[in-house]
Amino acid sequence: MQVSLTVNGELVVSDVEPRLLLVHFLRDVLGLTGTHWGCDTSNCGACVVLLDGEPVKSCTVLTPMAGGHEVRTVESLEQDNYLDPVQQGFIECHGLQCGFCTPGMLMSARALLDANPRPSDDDVREAISGQICRCTGYRSIVRSVQWAAEHPEPVPTPEPVWPVGSAGGPS
Amino acid sequence: MQVPAPLEYARAASVADAIGLLERLGEGARIIAGGHSLLPMMKLRLATPEYLIDVNDLHHELSYIRRVGSQLRIGALTRHRELLESEELVEHFPIFRDAERVIADPPVRNRGTLGGALCQADPSEDLSSVCTTLNASCVIRDGAGERVVTMEEFYRGPYETAVGAAEMLTEVRIPIRSGGSNAYAKVDRRAGDWAVTAAGAALWLDGGSDGVIVDARVGLAAVGPSTTGIPAISAALQGRRPSMEAFAEAGRIASESCTPVTDGRGTEAYKRHLAGELTRRTLATAFDRIRERGVSC
Amino acid sequence: MTLQETTPEPTREATPPGTHGHGRRPRREAPRFVRGRGRYVDDIALPGTLHLAILRSPVAHARIASLDTTAARAHPKVKAVVTGADLAERGLAWMPTLSEDRQAVLATDKVRFQGQEVAFVVAEDRYSARDALELIEVTYDELPVLVDARRALAEDAVLIRDDIPGKTDNLAFEWESGDADATRAAFARADVRVVQDMVVPRVHPAPLETCGAVADYDRVEGRLTLWCTSQAPHAHRMLLATISGLPEHRIRVISPDVGGGFGNKVPIYPGYLCAIVGSILTGHPVKWVEDRTENLVSTTFARDYVMHGEIAATRDGRILAVRSHVLADHGAFNAAATPTKYPAGFYGVFTGSYAIEAAYCHVTAVHTNKAPGGVAYACSFRIAEAAYLVERLVDLLAAELDLDPAELRRRNLIPPGAFPYATPTGWVYDSGDYPTALEHLLEAAGYDELRAEQAERRARGELMGIGFSFFTEAVGAGPRKDMDMAGLGMADTCEVLVHPTGKAVVRVSVQTQGQGHETTFAQIVAEELGMATDDVDVVHGDTDLTPFGLGTYGSRSMPVSGAAAALAARKVREKGRLVASSILEATPADVEWEQGVFRVKGDPGRAVTLAEVAVRAYGPDAPPSPDGQGALEANVCYDPTSLTFPYGAYLCVVDVDPGTGKVQVRRFVTVDDCGTRINDDVVEGQIHRGLTDGIGLALMEQISFDEHGNCLNGSLMDYLIPTALEVPEWETSMMVTPSPHHPIGAKGVGESATVGSPAAVVNAVIDALAPHGVRHADIPLTPSRVWEAMQGRAEPPG
Repeated sequence: MQVSLTVNGELVVSDVEPRLLLVHFLRDVLGLTGTHWGCDTSNCGACVVLLDGEPVKSCTVLTPMAGGHEVRTVESLEQDNYLDPVQQGFIECHGLQCGFCTPGMLMSARALLDANPRPSDDDVREAISGQICRCTGYRSIVRSVQWAAEHPEPVPTPEPVWPVGSAGGPS
Repeated sequence: MQVPAPLEYARAASVADAIGLLERLGEGARIIAGGHSLLPMMKLRLATPEYLIDVNDLHHELSYIRRVGSQLRIGALTRHRELLESEELVEHFPIFRDAERVIADPPVRNRGTLGGALCQADPSEDLSSVCTTLNASCVIRDGAGERVVTMEEFYRGPYETAVGAAEMLTEVRIPIRSGGSNAYAKVDRRAGDWAVTAAGAALWLDGGSDGVIVDARVGLAAVGPSTTGIPAISAALQGRRPSMEAFAEAGRIASESCTPVTDGRGTEAYKRHLAGELTRRTLATAFDRIRERGVSC
Repeated sequence: MTLQETTPEPTREATPPGTHGHGRRPRREAPRFVRGRGRYVDDIALPGTLHLAILRSPVAHARIASLDTTAARAHPKVKAVVTGADLAERGLAWMPTLSEDRQAVLATDKVRFQGQEVAFVVAEDRYSARDALELIEVTYDELPVLVDARRALAEDAVLIRDDIPGKTDNLAFEWESGDADATRAAFARADVRVVQDMVVPRVHPAPLETCGAVADYDRVEGRLTLWCTSQAPHAHRMLLATISGLPEHRIRVISPDVGGGFGNKVPIYPGYLCAIVGSILTGHPVKWVEDRTENLVSTTFARDYVMHGEIAATRDGRILAVRSHVLADHGAFNAAATPTKYPAGFYGVFTGSYAIEAAYCHVTAVHTNKAPGGVAYACSFRIAEAAYLVERLVDLLAAELDLDPAELRRRNLIPPGAFPYATPTGWVYDSGDYPTALEHLLEAAGYDELRAEQAERRARGELMGIGFSFFTEAVGAGPRKDMDMAGLGMADTCEVLVHPTGKAVVRVSVQTQGQGHETTFAQIVAEELGMATDDVDVVHGDTDLTPFGLGTYGSRSMPVSGAAAALAARKVREKGRLVASSILEATPADVEWEQGVFRVKGDPGRAVTLAEVAVRAYGPDAPPSPDGQGALEANVCYDPTSLTFPYGAYLCVVDVDPGTGKVQVRRFVTVDDCGTRINDDVVEGQIHRGLTDGIGLALMEQISFDEHGNCLNGSLMDYLIPTALEVPEWETSMMVTPSPHHPIGAKGVGESATVGSPAAVVNAVIDALAPHGVRHADIPLTPSRVWEAMQGRAEPPG
């Protein structure tokens, strides 16, 4: 069947099997592999995306159910060579190690800060309580989100757009 | 990740449309709302509906929390998150906020619905025991009209409700009675897990917080095939002054009135103990809330 | 040695970017992960990729009576269906394990654990592959099921390994260490003997990314490329060469980004071989990524040790000896990833951090109808089990002697002057200052205040507990002559090269799954070469691009490859000195290296950087290379002289709800000493993770079975992992006692906290329950198990 939804600000129209899970649509059809999956029972939260601005587990949404709605994935956080503060926060505060839970954590963090720009540590823990991290012990994630709350401006991406260096050979 | 079997999908434009689709498509059709009970089962292929009827567009008809006379009425599509955050709801029924704090996790609560939770009828499910505690009734609609059933009538056994094949739960109605409050407590092995045991309690006094108990209701979760209330507790507490002794006795009755089984979450003895312990605690919390509020509402 | 607090608030000063060397700095890897540009196996999308799904046995022990794949083959999207019989024709139905046993790739005669691989399909997409599994018809003749290891050697126990000619029982191996006679004598002399049975149940590393592979076999070229969740790409390549007959240089194993390993991704799994066979048969790339149930039910579990422990001491609290008998459940096949001469891993380190005269342990390993594995989940080759045993025994001894558990430890910790310290089981600990670590811990925790608070709370009927763990690990496997995995000596090679433009690349054989090697190895080389860390790139994970080595597990990356990297960088620096001396027109002996610059001794005005040296080194005026190899490159194979011994002192505070038995971890205070630290953020992150593991292992994690061999924890709904709501604010601090035999003094830290933390939590819970007379209760200490213990009904886990 045909589905039509907005993904990261762009209208997407696609023909899919009705049973196709949203996480697979994003990853395998649209190639947005930033969203991950890690379980079968809606427990791990690696698949969290924003659906109409709210964190949801995209493994537990059928693609047609998202039809007519807005989906945002981790790929939408960077805009015009600027990183979202939550992204910079995770870099600054060592909020990730293997990176597998990170996209989901970033989306929940983004939604939390949109609703509550100065959350307490408990607010942050509660917001990510449905998402497992096997690497960080969570505290650095909380610090990363607090860093973003304290530095709410986008940050230029760490790498330059063009490679630096002298052109044309040794001076 | 495990994935569902092939299916057809339809999106209902209204409640009448949803019921019409159920009638037309027959036994192989299921309603899907939040999907967090149904989709996990479908991925494990424990449920294989041929047709899914998506009712998530029906928020105008089915998402609300409103007072109508002496009832608080909640639409079946109301999300867990809305129940958690509702100030209207917490004013009369803080038991909902107590329960929602410990149901699943934030992304799941953004999707799961009251109707979905009740219709799944899992014996460990929390909102069923909340509704039982509050003596809620359920509005079931079919092609011809609607009927209202009590929680006892609604809940028929594990994973079985009074909602028939071409019917839909549309609303839950909770009587608002003055002089009372309520509370919920749950023990789980880890945040977001199903209850090892949970208890909801509602207490009503006459004459303010110094008065006697007019009624007391307790609903338990995860300690038997059903989450029905315990009439013996109402009988034992009516007319008594609220006290730790009275609550302890209610706990004893609760312990004896359930049928837990030993499983990975806990032993039978432990669950029975918790039924009593949590009954006592929630009655005490309900009483504290009555006292804090002072004047009866 | 210095104690450094890791501050609770982020007023950390990052070493400024662009400067070289060790220190706290953001990781190079982070920018791609925060953009969702990590590349994990399931992200690999080659044109024409087909998808593989595995049919697994629903029963734990049965003969395969019939297997009909007709309907599956007829599915319009299915390209291949393969059974054990098909593989057997090619000699591929069995594969070697890392413990010199063999494991079925696809079952041929019978299935031996629930979840065992029976057949596979390859289809156009993953949904069709899953559908096709239901079209395979299998019937099983069920056999008696053996899930209780304690019954595995009974006379009437069903024989599981009838595939081994002449096998008549379920014994996998027996192993012992220490001196039984000396230990017996010490026990005889002792004033006090404490005995305790304790179980460390089966658990699972459960990394967030499950295991998987994309296999691409090019028949024309005779080359196999395998993207794989592998912690040891070179070891995997060698094993694949053995199995397939292809030479190593025609096999390319690529570990892309790996979403956590924790030992789960060390073994080769049947699914990888199935993907390879699928690619050979179809001529297409074939992707297999397991679901979570498959991961929990069939990939390597961890622990599953039934331990009998005894400790003997004098009346004044001097520990004389420790003795242990272990029943080890290895599942249906012995696939434990452990060095060949150490079938029970390094369990022999069960004497712990104490100076004792004698010790003896005996391990009996058996087969049961469960998944194979055993060495995983940051156990540091079974030191997790050993540390748990000894730390519980010490607390039990303290209770018996009515001695404070900190004081008992103080009286028995190996004194600083005793290093290098030879334990009664033959391990030589390299360095450490144990008493100082303990004192730092007690001060950081406010121990006296905690005990005072506990007394007050007990008087009010509250249950507060304080628990210790003082652990020593042996990591960095290891000296080649002592340690090999599958016949591969555990030495690692590292290559460092400086380009003409002065930037460097370091190629390592170890494989990060989140440990931050792209940053830490750059820091090591940058430190040695006086370069900016940003000017050093780390290449890893691809056997075509990296030198040989044994991979990342057992906390060995820093001890082994970190040493290799430092030594290779120093060789490059020495070559650089020769070139510098030619630029500076001095003799090499007069050229010294300081702060990233070569200078002529006594003449600070004459100096050159390595970058300036690089241009000359490749130029026409370059002096000849001393070893005949490239201008500014070096290749070092580091064969460690011994293991390294990180250690730590941990304290946990818990509160137990007396009415429900629910345990809340209030505080976790730690002092870790892993020698020289390359990057404090990375080290701290490892500690935080291990402490979280400790809470999970102590309170909620278990893989259990019913009497039919059904796995009861085959999903993350039933296998519980701590969330952000279960962990306290970590209070970590560090000491540094460098390893004397490691080039940069580093010891490794990856598993320390997972090894050390469970005992601290358990000791705290038991301490909390002291008013109820609870002496011991086995993990996981779920609310039910705690409450039952309070009623006097503590039982081993089922």
